[in-house]
Amino acid sequence: MTIELEQHIDPKLYTILEMVSDPEIPVLSIMDMGVVRFARIVDDKVIVKITPTYSGCPAMDVIGDDIIKAFQKENMEAKVSLVLSPAWTTDWITPRGRKALEEYGIAAPLEEEADKEALLGNKKIVKCPQCGSKNTKMISQFGSTACKALFQCENCLEPFDYFKCLK
Amino acid sequence: MEKENLVQYIYGIADNALILGQRLSELCGHGPNLETDIACTNIALDLLGQTRSYYQLAAQLSGENVTEDDIAFLRTERQYRNVLLVEQPNTHFGFVITRQFFYDVFHVLLLQELQNSENETLSAIAKKAIKEVSYHQRFSSDWIKRLGDGTEISRQKVQEAVNDLWKFTDELFHLTEDDKNMLENGVGVDVSLLKEKYYQRINEILEEATLEVPELKWFRKGGKEGIHSEHMGYLLSDLQYMQRTYPNMKW
Repeated sequence: MTIELEQHIDPKLYTILEMVSDPEIPVLSIMDMGVVRFARIVDDKVIVKITPTYSGCPAMDVIGDDIIKAFQKENMEAKVSLVLSPAWTTDWITPRGRKALEEYGIAAPLEEEADKEALLGNKKIVKCPQCGSKNTKMISQFGSTACKALFQCENCLEPFDYFKCLK
Repeated sequence: MEKENLVQYIYGIADNALILGQRLSELCGHGPNLETDIACTNIALDLLGQTRSYYQLAAQLSGENVTEDDIAFLRTERQYRNVLLVEQPNTHFGFVITRQFFYDVFHVLLLQELQNSENETLSAIAKKAIKEVSYHQRFSSDWIKRLGDGTEISRQKVQEAVNDLWKFTDELFHLTEDDKNMLENGVGVDVSLLKEKYYQRINEILEEATLEVPELKWFRKGGKEGIHSEHMGYLLSDLQYMQRTYPNMKW
């Protein structure tokens, strides 16, 4: 199964799924990240389908295991599989997720056009999550993980990660 | 359509990503500076992730006892279908970037077309991968310009790489029998049609980088048919070492 067109989440499973976080960004639940595409109980078994942020994201295996463990605690058996389509986009990060990112010190993704301008170094528009200044510059197009770029604030001089827009 | 043709076709795309990913991962901890080191390994990670998706599909088609790891680690040299370009050694950073640039431009064009494949899994992988690969192309094109239009030495080194790797670019557009078969079935991409656009883009960036476009008309091919350059054997001995030494080992 590679395709799961619409998101289907059984509301009863929501609170359990919310307790599972992204291992690389622990403040962010996988629900706020928007990687869970399907979660339903079928024949007493929880069927969960998740989609990777990037093809090579090493967090996916851990997330899969963590989901199984979270349901085990509730005495439920879960089965996790991966879907590829439609491809994940940063638009699926919830407003609460964006807030959590900023508080954690990661600048949330800008809109597509603005993102391009920022990454090409044409405009200073990425806001430093530490001091709020937009006087920032890109250090590297690739950061600590595939989904981030490395920036530095020229006001408070702190380096920080910027979550790249993916559409 | 024979399953075996489709499997071979998938290898033809996926092996490029695996071998280029392997080359880039050799730079882990050895990049010229921290940022480029991280960038190259990030790109490697994207490529290896894409490889896994392709191999999982190939494994499914190949029968119950085949896994993605078998495909990656247990084939012999002649069973790999990657182009000669991606197996070329890192040599120096100019080569790393030029090899990447020559492949990225092709990769974007290929995935644009593969999105329309009648095989829905291939189409889904292409739609996912193209977002990542567009970013790779931006990175390598930027570096071509920086090095070409940089210092005298950086220009000389990157020009050397462009001249040396140019002979491997034509193979990207060579149609194998499996390519033709998949094309007839609406699954594959006619890579020969991408050639004009490819060289147009390459030439544009090279000119912007103040580099000379080689006039070479002699090209090498063979990788797509499994006939590789000498470098491939050394690369595979590294790549396959663990599985060959400790068969069936798992992380």
